[in-house]
Amino acid sequence: MRWLLPAPIVLPLLGAALSMAVAGRRPLQRSIGVLILLASTAASVAILVEVEAHGVQSVQAGAWEAPIGITLVADLFSAMLLVVGNLMVLAVLVYSLGQPDADRHQPAFHPVYLVLAAGVSASFITGDLFNLFVAFEMMLIASYVLITMGGTRAQIRSGITYVVISLLASVLFITAVAFIYAATGTVNMADLSQRVGELPDGLRTALALLLIVVFGVKAAIFPLFSWLPDSYPTAPTPVTAIFAGLLTKVGIYAIIRTQTLLFPPDSRAGTVLLVVAALTMAVGVLGAIAQDDIKRILSFHIVSQIGYMVFGLGLFTLAGLAGAVLYVINQIVLKTALFLAGGLIEHAGGDSQLSRLGGLVHRTPVIAALFLLPALSLAGIPPFSGFVAKLALVEAGADAGQWAVVAVSLAVSALTLFSVTKIWGGTFWGDDPGGGPAVTGRLGAPTAMVAATGALVVLSLVIAVFAGPLWDLSERAAVDLLDPSAYVEAVLG
Amino acid sequence: MNLTVAVLAGLLYAVGTWLVLQRRLTRIIIGLGMMGHGANLLLLQAGDGRGRAPFVTDDPSSLADTTDPLPQALALTAIVITFGVTALLLALAYRSWVLTCDDLVEDDVEDRRIARVDALVRDREVADQAAAEAERASEEAG
Repeated sequence: MRWLLPAPIVLPLLGAALSMAVAGRRPLQRSIGVLILLASTAASVAILVEVEAHGVQSVQAGAWEAPIGITLVADLFSAMLLVVGNLMVLAVLVYSLGQPDADRHQPAFHPVYLVLAAGVSASFITGDLFNLFVAFEMMLIASYVLITMGGTRAQIRSGITYVVISLLASVLFITAVAFIYAATGTVNMADLSQRVGELPDGLRTALALLLIVVFGVKAAIFPLFSWLPDSYPTAPTPVTAIFAGLLTKVGIYAIIRTQTLLFPPDSRAGTVLLVVAALTMAVGVLGAIAQDDIKRILSFHIVSQIGYMVFGLGLFTLAGLAGAVLYVINQIVLKTALFLAGGLIEHAGGDSQLSRLGGLVHRTPVIAALFLLPALSLAGIPPFSGFVAKLALVEAGADAGQWAVVAVSLAVSALTLFSVTKIWGGTFWGDDPGGGPAVTGRLGAPTAMVAATGALVVLSLVIAVFAGPLWDLSERAAVDLLDPSAYVEAVLG
Repeated sequence: MNLTVAVLAGLLYAVGTWLVLQRRLTRIIIGLGMMGHGANLLLLQAGDGRGRAPFVTDDPSSLADTTDPLPQALALTAIVITFGVTALLLALAYRSWVLTCDDLVEDDVEDRRIARVDALVRDREVADQAAAEAERASEEAG
């Protein structure tokens, strides 16, 4: 089954080429996109099943043995993210098919979207630091095009900020790779895991912190997040949703992967990460409270929630890492669902400004329900999936005696609830200010859009129902993260 | 380690950083290009340094004192990627110039909001002051 490993990267890239070749024909492009992503999702599920049953899987590209060749490797954490990531990409594509005008006059949308999917998958399963850079760039270049595709003034303005910040982070990434190669003579992560331990303490800490800054920009942790709430809301809903659900989480994945795999326990930046986590949570949610636009509020929530994942990592305990893994998986689904629901609100209400919306609960009860469920889950209200993930993290924090961060995380939960209540009150209750488009049909939006959002909301409920088995899986993933010997053995043999 | 190349890389980073901190988009782009070049030089420096071209022949002794090819391959990849992104950025900058007739980076939404609130507060202060002065004047007159 190892031959399946490159499938989630190769399939979307092939699809992108095909899609480019049939650029003028929308129906063909659409079916290529859906079929390819279905196949790639199926391959990811097969990889997860294989990894679950037989441990870490790896394959050497071009049959050059590690550490010379490029390694693809999937452990439980990668495989879980691969499945959830591909599911999101598929759901958002279905949503965009239903959205009127989403890809009209934009023959480039489908190919670029598939390249983005390939980049995300590649980031999750690469076992080589430089190849991680290439995967990041693949994903980022696709995202640059997607975010500025409309070509409006607002999109260009925020797109330039986004590209410049990301490019700066990329230059820093190359710098970090150069330092690491100069110090160890390898860029293979499994090989690095053995060599970094031989370096002097100061150098190790410097490399660890440099990598945190590089991926921190992508993950939007405090104080490197200010580009995110500025750029995400300007893009069309499907693009914002997939960015919100996946791109920052790829950054978090890279932080977790490099900090656990490359650096031995005595040079881990636990305290720094915990302080950063608390600040990210607090600043993000305070920013969200100050906003009036649904997409901007949700964008600040992305930042705030990233703090929780960094919190789980910063503990560097089994429970903390397992909590972080569960939290990442859960957040990918929730954030995508929330942004899609936000798009539905915009479609039905004609605007995303809270001050210009109101009374939608009477006109579109379905959309109200689709927003309410993930919103409550985001705030961590039992019995939803957000509660399970948050509880796991808070327990881990309490076990480790990090009471200050636990207190911050609980306070931020309450503020998150306040902030989503604000969206609910402004959008669904109150009087309809009028001026919105006439909503037709029972759903209030095209069926594909509602169906895709509904599927993700149901998925988040499924996560809550199957929290037990999922927690076991997260714990096993965390065991592998804390003790990289299985990973190293699978790659180097 | 070659000192000249190391100093040059440092210089490129310094100039690049300074240019990126400017308000004009063209300068930012040139700055990013310079930093990219600095990073590529750094990558080259990460290898063993000078040596013969690393061509593999049937003779195993031909691999002696060759240079380390990996950093060069990495630098080449990095150059291609930075080149592509810079081209896209230039296209965006052109588009921005067409839309705004200016290559200054615009304020973001928050900046504009803060500026608006600031202006409102200042207007109110001026109005309050004028009202207070008018009152005082009328009191003096009365």
